[in-house]
Amino acid sequence: MKPRQRRIVWMIAGLLALSVATALVLNAFRSNLVFFFTPSEVAQGKAPSGRVFRIGGLVGEGSVQREGTTVRFTVTDNVHTINVSYTGILPDLFKEGRGVVAQGLVQGDGSFLAREVLAKHDENYMPPEAAEALKRAGHPVGAPDQFKQKPAKP
Amino acid sequence: MIAEVGHFSLTLALALALVLAILPMAGSFLPAGATARAFTDTARPLAVVLFGLVLLAFVSLGMLFLGNDFTVSLVATHSNLSLPVAYRLAATWGSHEGSMLLWVLMLNVWTAAVAAFSASLPAVLRVRILSVLGAITTGFLLFLLFTSNPFERLIPPPADGRDLNPLLQDPGMVFHPPLLYMGYVGLSVAFAFAVAGLIGGRFDAAWARWARPWTTVAWAFLTLGIALGSFWAYYELGWGGWWFWDPVENASFMPWLVATALIHSLAVTEKRGAFRSWTVLLAILGFSLSLLGTFLVRSGVLTSVHAFATDPTRGVFILIFLALVIGGSLLLYAWRAPALGSGTGFALISRESMLLANNVVLVVAMAAVLLGTLYPLALDTLGMGKISVGPPYFEAVFYPLMAPAMFLMVVGPLARWKEAPLPDIARRLRWALAVAIAAALLQPLTTDAGFRPLAASGLAFGLWIVAGVVVALLDVLRDSNGRLRPSRARLHPASVWGMQLAHLGVAVFVIGVTLVKSSETERELKLAPGQSVEVSGWRIDFKDLRTVTGPNYDAMRGRFELRRATDAADAPARAMMQPEKRVYRAQRMPMTEAAINRSLWRDIYISMGEPLSGSDWAIRVHVKPFINWIWLGCVMMALGGLVAVADRRYRRRLATEDSSQAAPARDPSPLPSTPVAGDFAAR
Repeated sequence: MKPRQRRIVWMIAGLLALSVATALVLNAFRSNLVFFFTPSEVAQGKAPSGRVFRIGGLVGEGSVQREGTTVRFTVTDNVHTINVSYTGILPDLFKEGRGVVAQGLVQGDGSFLAREVLAKHDENYMPPEAAEALKRAGHPVGAPDQFKQKPAKP
Repeated sequence: MIAEVGHFSLTLALALALVLAILPMAGSFLPAGATARAFTDTARPLAVVLFGLVLLAFVSLGMLFLGNDFTVSLVATHSNLSLPVAYRLAATWGSHEGSMLLWVLMLNVWTAAVAAFSASLPAVLRVRILSVLGAITTGFLLFLLFTSNPFERLIPPPADGRDLNPLLQDPGMVFHPPLLYMGYVGLSVAFAFAVAGLIGGRFDAAWARWARPWTTVAWAFLTLGIALGSFWAYYELGWGGWWFWDPVENASFMPWLVATALIHSLAVTEKRGAFRSWTVLLAILGFSLSLLGTFLVRSGVLTSVHAFATDPTRGVFILIFLALVIGGSLLLYAWRAPALGSGTGFALISRESMLLANNVVLVVAMAAVLLGTLYPLALDTLGMGKISVGPPYFEAVFYPLMAPAMFLMVVGPLARWKEAPLPDIARRLRWALAVAIAAALLQPLTTDAGFRPLAASGLAFGLWIVAGVVVALLDVLRDSNGRLRPSRARLHPASVWGMQLAHLGVAVFVIGVTLVKSSETERELKLAPGQSVEVSGWRIDFKDLRTVTGPNYDAMRGRFELRRATDAADAPARAMMQPEKRVYRAQRMPMTEAAINRSLWRDIYISMGEPLSGSDWAIRVHVKPFINWIWLGCVMMALGGLVAVADRRYRRRLATEDSSQAAPARDPSPLPSTPVAGDFAAR
């Protein structure tokens, strides 16, 4: 092969490989995006059924009930409340009245079956999704003290 | 007083870094003579003094933490009277300010190392490299002093400090950040080599030979740092995961992928003089990604254990710095790259083409990780909603992308440069192929779940690499008559052994990941003291629960006896496992401390969830086969890198440089210690 031909073969092979990789990446990307909805949006039926998504807000005061390793609780943005059930061990920082993010599916009865419950590493943090839910519902973070960011100086 | 010493030495360091960035660089353009020499000769002493000043600042901060001086704001917010001494030391870098100081310290360790160990480099190149590193140091010192001063005072001081985040109170905190930063920041040296090379227009085999060991050492540290972070997350976070595709992890993984591509591309540049532009681009990309990682982690756009505080000015500062570095170096690249020339040609099937394919795969993989990491942030910033991209995306993309890379890892080292006959390669690798296919077919034996294509392919690739390394070693040890002669091992340079060791590390890693993913058992149970449970062949007896008081925490500690399911009920326990649920007093923060029974073949992992009704507790029990192979593989990769660097070839001085390299070195003679003006015009 002449150098020119060889270069053309190379270019074609490279472009083919790149387009396969791009197709692979974009396809995986599209089918694995997880969208976020607030309890109010779920109550208004905006959340998809049959697709995994995230909800965020505060764990309802007095709502946590346990049955073996299954836990039921509510997530609220102070306007609407959604029932959540989860089987497994909750993160250390899960607490009533605190921010929480859950990922899972909405059930036929409108409750949310969580596959994952997330909490942040530091209890001074409000999970950003939870803060967003309160903001969208018109209750920006600020009410409960423990969600405030660490002040620069104590 | 100590705080002022630290602050002052940082300020002085800033001034010196600025001088280092300007003076020697300017001198390298002056016409040869006493003035030029006076300018360029400042580079090495400046680099060493700069390192001394930054070290002094760092030691000052360390002493403030050891002495719990709460009149310093940083100490008051990140230490506590009851914090054990080792963690007070680790708290030095357990905050945003402190970790940026550690970053600058590492940068200057590298700069001083370049100043000390670059006697074999042409003076111009060395001087320019040091100047570029000085410029980077200047940027980071400005950042430190103006947006994140670690020595800020707090008057009046509080009676006690707020304590270090309990998650960080672990031996991992003592080692993970310094190792990781050593690697992360080490990419700045490869970057400085690239920029200095672009300025001088010199990218021959000799340049690549000088740049290689630095890049390989940085890569080895980065590998160790990431592996240690993963190991730490595994035992500390309490739920047994070892990699989460968390943006902060991705921030260190992207530079690793590019650095891996870079060390392979540098090999081609050294041996064949080819891929010059590509090598330079990778060096720029690698450092840009480590700056991007710093931006992501430090600006507060991500919330995680690594993002200590949020302050928009910091993010803006790093973003501007990032734009300057990337924009400036790419401009320089666009201007100078056409002059680099191309190396010798090569055939469609040759070692070059395989290394090129491996590079493309690694860079595409990096781009996929970048997309998954930045897209949610971009959408959020533009106010287009909150989304997240989880592990399923990364896994779906990563496995298929890595498959060709793992295939080529074996073929590449056996293929000849320039042109490799395919039938010959196929003949040499036929046994390796047979081993790989056998491994895939035997996969159902490793798990109860039957044949799983993904696991089978993982095992096949792992053993393919092992078999490939064995084939390559046998080839080396056989003499021309086909007899094995171990003494022939000496004929091969350390860099070849290092490469094979690192590739073997990849195999160990891949086998570990495959077996953990395909045959781990995770159970979340309700268990009360006195009850027992059987998990994949192991019996675990929950003996009792007691309260324990630590130096700065109170804990509930469970005691679990471990026996094989086949052991007699009254047989002595094989191990006593004691997980804890701690509450740290200063921050009232709960923490899970897992108990792990380790072995090379499996880990048994017990962590305590929360108390349920009565005396029941939620208990998590995992059995993870081969999980330690994941980190063992990483350690082998890093060791391989260090072995490769020990190659005698890198220590050879310019004077004895042999010109019998395959690629014609364009200018093998030592450059004059001061260059003439119009250094590039001459080329």
